Amino acid sequence: MTKKEWPLWEIFIRGQHGLNHRHVGSLHAPDAEMAIKNARDVYTRRKEGVSIWVVPSAAITASSPSEKGPLFDPAESKVYRHPTFFDIPDEVGHM
Amino acid sequence: MYAQMVKSEGMKSPEEMSPEERAFQERVDRGEKIEPKEWMPEGYRKTLIRQMGQHAHSEIVGQLPEGNWITRAPTLERKAILLAKVQDEAGHGLYLYSAAETLGVSRDELMEKLHSGAMKYSSIFNYPTLTWADMGAVGWLVDGAAIMNQVPLQRTSYGPYSRAMIRICKEESFHQRQGYAIMMKMAQGTPEQKEMAQDALNRFWYPSLMMFGPSDKDSVHSAQSMAWKIKMNTNDELRQKFVDETVPQAKYLGLTVPDETLKWNEERGHYDFAEPDWDEFFEVIKGNGPCNEERLGARREAWDKGAWFRDGLTAYAEKAAARRAASNVAAE
Repeated sequence: MTKKEWPLWEIFIRGQHGLNHRHVGSLHAPDAEMAIKNARDVYTRRKEGVSIWVVPSAAITASSPSEKGPLFDPAESKVYRHPTFFDIPDEVGHM
Repeated sequence: MYAQMVKSEGMKSPEEMSPEERAFQERVDRGEKIEPKEWMPEGYRKTLIRQMGQHAHSEIVGQLPEGNWITRAPTLERKAILLAKVQDEAGHGLYLYSAAETLGVSRDELMEKLHSGAMKYSSIFNYPTLTWADMGAVGWLVDGAAIMNQVPLQRTSYGPYSRAMIRICKEESFHQRQGYAIMMKMAQGTPEQKEMAQDALNRFWYPSLMMFGPSDKDSVHSAQSMAWKIKMNTNDELRQKFVDETVPQAKYLGLTVPDETLKWNEERGHYDFAEPDWDEFFEVIKGNGPCNEERLGARREAWDKGAWFRDGLTAYAEKAAARRAASNVAAE
């Protein structure tokens, strides 16, 4: 019986050149090298990626769900941050 | 329904719910996804651990009946395909274990519960795979039945579960089609091969129907799970859908579904069909199926015999980390 559980790793895959790495899930592995090997078998069996990042789950700090309001609501009233807020006459042409 | 008869908690009316529970139910009703760190009723968490754990165990134990044929596949190509399929099942088990772990249970705890018999896996994997045609029947019928349940579960309320199901469904369709392709080949082969295909259908038909679990009228856990959207359809709905889709596929193969009462019901727009033997189902669930001991024995043996390897990798990782730390100190 193994006493120690392997730590958990979060896996990020770059799907194609030019795209960001994207979180795809997690897995257990004894160290970072094995985490990459396992990620290759678990998450890229069908050529889903060109690059893998592994990060110890314990190293991730997440915002708390209860902070959702104070963190994200202020952006709601700032519609002028979107280009569609401004009406540009058709005569001006493409902008 | 790689998860069967998952025990759920008692259902509460809106008046009986606490304000938190009511707000939670409203979020689920609006179709919002629930994420790991967010508040959830304890019953929701527990039921999900049971269901996702059982589902993960089924993927892992499900490798065994098919693994049985890898070394005896009729061609190298068939062998490579079967190997890829079995590897997918391992992947599906891992997606589901990590999704379950977001609920505060560890994978090793879940494994331990599987090995001790405290948690179950699907009844279907307690049947033997006797011929190569069984590889066809398992892919076609067993994976086909699993898809019926897994496609709607992509919309389940729990975020990590839903995302795992989306990945699984993408891959599952390959499994069903490779099974059907085996059946086509066998059904168009020599009379002996066709007979093997028919025999596989005969043996796997009713166990496949059992995969959906007992009839809704006997299923006590459905209501709460459906309100929480961790069960999307009733057992009978899915079983009917499976029969309606599978019968024409059997006809195309020129095989006969082993049910004399099977008949298209014009009025209902569905096939009428015979229920499986539920006494047999309950016996298999209790551990008295043809292969329960063999399957669980193989799992326990793999876990125990792999212990030295897991420990070795852990020891290596610890030593390497210590060496890195020492060389960092030396560099300073």
